[in-house]
Amino acid sequence: MNQGTINFIFKTADDSFIFGHRNSEWTGLGPFIEEDIAFASMAQDKIGHAWVLYKMLNEHAGLEDAEKLAFYRDINDFRNAHLVELPNGEYDFSLLRHFLFDEAEFLRYDLLLNSSFAPLAHMAKKFKGELKYHTMHAESFMIQLGQGSEESNTRMQKALDAAFPYALGLFESYEGESEVIAEGVFPGEEVLKAKWLERITPIIAQANLKMPDLNVKPIFGGRQKQHTEHFAPMMHEMREVSSTDPNATW
Amino acid sequence: MKSFDPRINRIQPAEDTTTEMKAGESWITFEVFHQKKRGEHHIHVGSVHAANPTQALLFAKEQYGRRLPCSNMWVVPTDAITAFAYSDDDMFTTAVEKDYREAGGFKVRDKINAFKKTLTENQK
Repeated sequence: MNQGTINFIFKTADDSFIFGHRNSEWTGLGPFIEEDIAFASMAQDKIGHAWVLYKMLNEHAGLEDAEKLAFYRDINDFRNAHLVELPNGEYDFSLLRHFLFDEAEFLRYDLLLNSSFAPLAHMAKKFKGELKYHTMHAESFMIQLGQGSEESNTRMQKALDAAFPYALGLFESYEGESEVIAEGVFPGEEVLKAKWLERITPIIAQANLKMPDLNVKPIFGGRQKQHTEHFAPMMHEMREVSSTDPNATW
Repeated sequence: MKSFDPRINRIQPAEDTTTEMKAGESWITFEVFHQKKRGEHHIHVGSVHAANPTQALLFAKEQYGRRLPCSNMWVVPTDAITAFAYSDDDMFTTAVEKDYREAGGFKVRDKINAFKKTLTENQK
């Protein structure tokens, strides 16, 4: 496996892992019981996706096992986009982040169905159903709250405008991307971004929301292992148990 | 001194206030029907709160579809269901013996038993 593909899998895994963890912070605090269960369950799916990707790095690139990569790797090695590490704040922001991220995830895995790297193609097939549910869930809230009251619409618009530059950061290039494209592992972040914009634009319109300015400056840095001030405290909390007792089993 | 603890000091609404609920202001419940295998009956498993039928399906899937094998689900607004009153359950008891209406009363059972008996006798 070339370094570009390793980087691609790493950043995709880190996105899922950090996104899953952030969303799991809502468990028990969701707006109502049905949504609490659905949101927590989707967060769990994301951790599952990360686990499969980390395992792939272990099996095909000879890196450490999945648990080590997730819980003991130097936090300065993480390359998740800033979008997924931002704190939750209000539920509207979490929903918007979920919408923007999962539409991109769905399309990313859809493109990976044709990956020249068989384990990725296989994974993409396996997770298609889960990702379909994640986008259906996100879209239903976009429409329900976007078309809802003046307050819900205003909140969703504000959250969309706030999350959008971070969402553009998902498509930041990384070291070795040209190899990944040349070898047919993945057609590239720019291809994905174009598909993503095409997919989210009509949904945003249907939700009575205004599409944010596409010329806004994307918030990059995550793929270069730079993070916001929110990242380290989150990782510290996530690793509290494993760092107290590295040999703990459960 | 007046306590601010909501468990002690509950809001006392004025007696003449009437609250008007507009459509869509409060969520309704949907009854959930789960189908294990294609071709089998959809079986009632519970209910969910939701703002619309699509969301009801999405929540039903996580609440009732993830622990069991599932091929399909239905959701139906709870108020679309018409039911007997429990006080009318005396209708379900019959005044005169009508065993023949019950599955257990079918005479075929005797025939099956007689057939089984001949089978075991033939084996001897």
